[in-house]
Amino acid sequence: MWFSVLNVKFCGVDFKNPVLVASGTFGFGVEYDGIIDITRLGGLITKGLTLNKKEGNEGVRIHEVRGGMLNSIGLQNPGIDEFIEKHLQRMKEFKVPIIVNLGGSSIEDYVKGAEILDKTEIDMIELNISCPNVKEGGMNFGIKSSIAKEVVNRVREVTKKPIMVKLSPNAEDIVDMAVKCVEAGADAISLVNTFKGMAVDIYKRKPVFNNIFAGYSGPAIKPIALRMVYEVSKAVDVPVCGLGGIVDYKDAIEFIMAGAYLIQIGTANFINPRASIEIIEGIEKFMIEQNIKSLDEIRGII
Amino acid sequence: MEYKEVLVYSNVKVQDDIYVLSLEIEDDVRAGQFYMLKAWEEEPILARPISVHSSENGIVKFAYQVKGRGTKILSSLKAEDKVYVLGPVGNGLYTEKFKGKIALISGGIGIAPMLQIAKGLEGEVDLYAGFNKSPYLIDEFKKYCKNIHIASERDTAYYRGFITEIFNPFEYNIVICCGPEPMMKRVVDMCKIYATPVYVLMENKMACGVGACLGCTCNTKEGKKRVCVDGPVFKGTDVVFSA
Ligand SMILES: Cc1cc2nc3c(=O)[nH]c(=O)nc-3n(C[C@H](O)[C@H](O)[C@H](O)COP(=O)(O)OP(=O)(O)OC[C@H]3O[C@@H](n4cnc5c(N)ncnc54)[C@H](O)[C@@H]3O)c2cc1C
Ligand SMILES: Cc1cc2nc3c(=O)[nH]c(=O)nc-3n(C[C@H](O)[C@H](O)[C@H](O)COP(=O)(O)O)c2cc1C
Ligand code: FES
Repeated sequence: MWFSVLNVKFCGVDFKNPVLVASGTFGFGVEYDGIIDITRLGGLITKGLTLNKKEGNEGVRIHEVRGGMLNSIGLQNPGIDEFIEKHLQRMKEFKVPIIVNLGGSSIEDYVKGAEILDKTEIDMIELNISCPNVKEGGMNFGIKSSIAKEVVNRVREVTKKPIMVKLSPNAEDIVDMAVKCVEAGADAISLVNTFKGMAVDIYKRKPVFNNIFAGYSGPAIKPIALRMVYEVSKAVDVPVCGLGGIVDYKDAIEFIMAGAYLIQIGTANFINPRASIEIIEGIEKFMIEQNIKSLDEIRGII
Repeated sequence: MEYKEVLVYSNVKVQDDIYVLSLEIEDDVRAGQFYMLKAWEEEPILARPISVHSSENGIVKFAYQVKGRGTKILSSLKAEDKVYVLGPVGNGLYTEKFKGKIALISGGIGIAPMLQIAKGLEGEVDLYAGFNKSPYLIDEFKKYCKNIHIASERDTAYYRGFITEIFNPFEYNIVICCGPEPMMKRVVDMCKIYATPVYVLMENKMACGVGACLGCTCNTKEGKKRVCVDGPVFKGTDVVFSA
């Protein structure tokens, strides 16, 4: 059966195909139940979770622009305990690997969150370091590699779950960032999160978003995301999970050829709820047409 | 809720920038629900939320106003064209439960969802519709409403001013309102005085339309709620209106 050609082993976890859905674009999975067959996905990544419940940002939260969208959700989430109590079991029923995207506003938050998650049945932690660090005046943990390294180090100490660190493309030096995170104990790297952007309401003469800045995602960011995945894949010896602007199977294969073991679909879920399924089918068809027996043959080929 | 490709049955210009799009959709639809519509491939990227105006015999009608890129494309659709639809979305209203005298209050294109609501109500229904300029979509309501009150800020043939000036919540058992937020807030405040139950149809920018992105939340007494799946219908007294 040609299904097996899509298998990927990543940090010891078996993925039946390399197509995951990105954090914050797929809720806890159940939201898309019945709209697509979730059991066919490579894996599910939760909305970013924090130790305590968060209400998220006031004002405009999403704004469409050419080539993509800006979002300023502000990590609204029910908190880790409520996630475990109310959502995790339902998510497990889809019988695909479950990755929890973990955020925090202090290092202690990350550590406590990881300690709790360590005792659950989740398959992996995706450490979201693109969060404002309250102690550092709100500067993102993912900008300076010295700060990111400390977060990864501390989380590494409290969990045996595989840790995939999700990098911000706004990092001072994305390659250095990846290297430092691996040194600190990351089992894998995913990239990229959203790009810092903004929009102005010209009639109100004000920024569209209360926080002025918002995260830019969607097709327009793909060439930059792809370049970053390529550079990071070459620089680290842990597997890389690539994302940013992937809309169709061709985009996905580009990321794989640039070195990605797994890929994630984000904004494309909004453009076409069936995007992830069509991408799985597209990769499969491409492999048959091109007589590719395993993704190993094309991964990192450039 | 389902994502599928459907065909345009017709797309009719009603007046200036107001259109009625009929799509071949067989779904079981509740009044107050909406669909995410997309009639393009690359740009814009997001689908547009549009309420069900009416639904019967395998045709769902949408009444919409051309605002920007998306609705402009919708206005150019012709019979047999393809449209991607996700829906029906939202809680909607269980109209069959409502009894007594009911007031429907709309502002501008907020009249769109009111037709399907009026059709489902068994009690005595009055429509209060406010417009900027000339009224639209009124004729269809005559079958389902006892009295129709129209206000316009510019068309002198009607009450000159805001619709809220000619509506008295005291006369009604239930009020249902859809329009700009300041208007809905005003109606809710008026209804509070007489403790008249009031429902509002909220609006917000949407990306997913399924409750996953948390982009469309509004503030309520119980915290943030998603307009797409927890709404769009809310008890007026639960909503914490901005400004
Ligand atoms: C639940 C719901 C039901 C709706 N029902 C109707 C209806 O029956 N008839 C109708 O004419 N309009 C309705 N609207 C408003 C309609 O969705 C917007 O007017 C439309 O999305 C504007 O898109 P555009 O591309 O023409 O404008 P643009 O300004 O180019 O849109 C840019 C972005 O902003 C969003 N947006 C802009 N204005 C609004 C708005 N007022 N509400 C929500 N999103 C907005 C768009 O979806 C898009 O993502 C409804 C909105 C919601 C949330
Ligand atoms: C509405 C929205 C919410 C998001 N929430 C999160 C989140 O909670 N945690 C996170 O790590 N990334 C979050 N992201 C970023 C995405 O997971 C992804 O990294 C980014 O959108 C780039 O990929 P894309 O272009 O395919 O969307 C969010 C993105 C969007 C659009
Ligand atoms: S539009 Fe995504 S949660 Fe409502």
